[in-house]
Amino acid sequence: MNVFQFISQNRTEVLELTLEHLWMVGISTLLAVIVGIPLGILITRRPAFNKPVLGSANIIQTVPSLALFGFLLPVPWIGARAERLAILALTLYALLPLIRNTYAGIKGVDSSVIEAGRGMGMTDRQLLLQVELPLALGVIIAGIRVAAVISVGLATIAAAIGAGGLGEYIFRGLAMVNNQLILAGAVPAAALALLCDVSLGWLEKRLGTKAVVPQS
Amino acid sequence: MSADLPAKNGLAIEFRNVSYSFAEGSDLISHLNLQVQRSETLVLLGRSGSGKTTTLKLINALASPTAGEVVVEGRPTSQWDPIRLRRGIGYVIQDAGLFPHFTVERNIALVPTIENWPADRVRERVMELLQVVGLDASLAARYPRELSGGQRQRVGVARALAADPPILLMDEPFGALDPITRAELQREFLALQRRLEKTVVFVTHDLREALLLGSRIALMEAGKLVAALQPDEFVRSTDPMVKQYLDAFGELPTTNGKRGCA
Repeated sequence: MNVFQFISQNRTEVLELTLEHLWMVGISTLLAVIVGIPLGILITRRPAFNKPVLGSANIIQTVPSLALFGFLLPVPWIGARAERLAILALTLYALLPLIRNTYAGIKGVDSSVIEAGRGMGMTDRQLLLQVELPLALGVIIAGIRVAAVISVGLATIAAAIGAGGLGEYIFRGLAMVNNQLILAGAVPAAALALLCDVSLGWLEKRLGTKAVVPQS
Repeated sequence: MSADLPAKNGLAIEFRNVSYSFAEGSDLISHLNLQVQRSETLVLLGRSGSGKTTTLKLINALASPTAGEVVVEGRPTSQWDPIRLRRGIGYVIQDAGLFPHFTVERNIALVPTIENWPADRVRERVMELLQVVGLDASLAARYPRELSGGQRQRVGVARALAADPPILLMDEPFGALDPITRAELQREFLALQRRLEKTVVFVTHDLREALLLGSRIALMEAGKLVAALQPDEFVRSTDPMVKQYLDAFGELPTTNGKRGCA
């Protein structure tokens, strides 16, 4: 029996695990967007926070994922359910690309454009909403794309703490030394990652085009 | 700031013993005293790093003096709400600094829009300004990257004029243009200025441009004002710094028709 036969025979379960997987990735990426973009904006405004914020996000990124799941286990409410724990861990991992890209995107806006806006009497809020964020949008979406793709991969490990997702098959297959089972988790996960990459890449291109700075 | 403030002693801008420095140590501007008359075109001339641009930024409060005060329309900049002050001062910079994600129309409409003018009045004003700076109305829907350098600079001027500010600050606006386009825009600027009679402070390192456009030229060197003279006085000046600048440019073209027998 090959992988695809296995998948089609168990399609309800595969679908269920895929949706679980997508749910974890989707919610964690959304949370990372909600937290990461404002943090990225904050460090463009308050340079003093730059090192601590980017430093912490960097450190989180270096913690091995299994260890991070382990760290979070004793946390009240979060540790009570594997799914919550997995979402929190994925969110933490997704923060770095989001903070960094928001910061880099805003900092990358042509300084003469900012200067012109400020010199013409735009308030900081107007500059941010009308100029900096729109021009940084392509780079910010690139950050969301990186975060989502990383999350799809990492979420497979969440199965180790019983959070479900396509990792279920991978871990079950590893335990049973069954390659088909491993692939039944790995192939849809890879497909999901590609899907995220392509769709967000398309969005990045579409929304980023207007940000092309005129060459003088 | 309304356009029709009473002409108090005919001064639009005054630098009173102004110094400016980043941190402790060397002054970027030191003890600057300078007056700009209403409706004159004062050219700040000097080489790179002489403090011209900083002087300009002190006027619209993009920089605050570390000592002394800059008085704009009778009030020190420190007492102005910087946002209000800047909206009453047109600002044109090199490469125009247009917003690449805004159309020409939205770029020109920037100040009227943030000042909440009604939409039809904004639209009307944009069309009027396109004409004033010699651009075709069909360009309104274009993005800056679809324009030539000269067209972008015209849009930059139109944007600065949008809310009809009494003061215009121009920081090497024609610096990045080819010589022919530059000459064209300089001529149009002269014609425009004759008509609009704004108070203009114009930064350049180009002596020819200064002599052509300025009603007065203020030469700066290392953050200090060397001299502020009318063009014909400037070319005849015996000040060693002025002479050095004149010599560096060699043979000069005629200056705005005002040059005597030099």
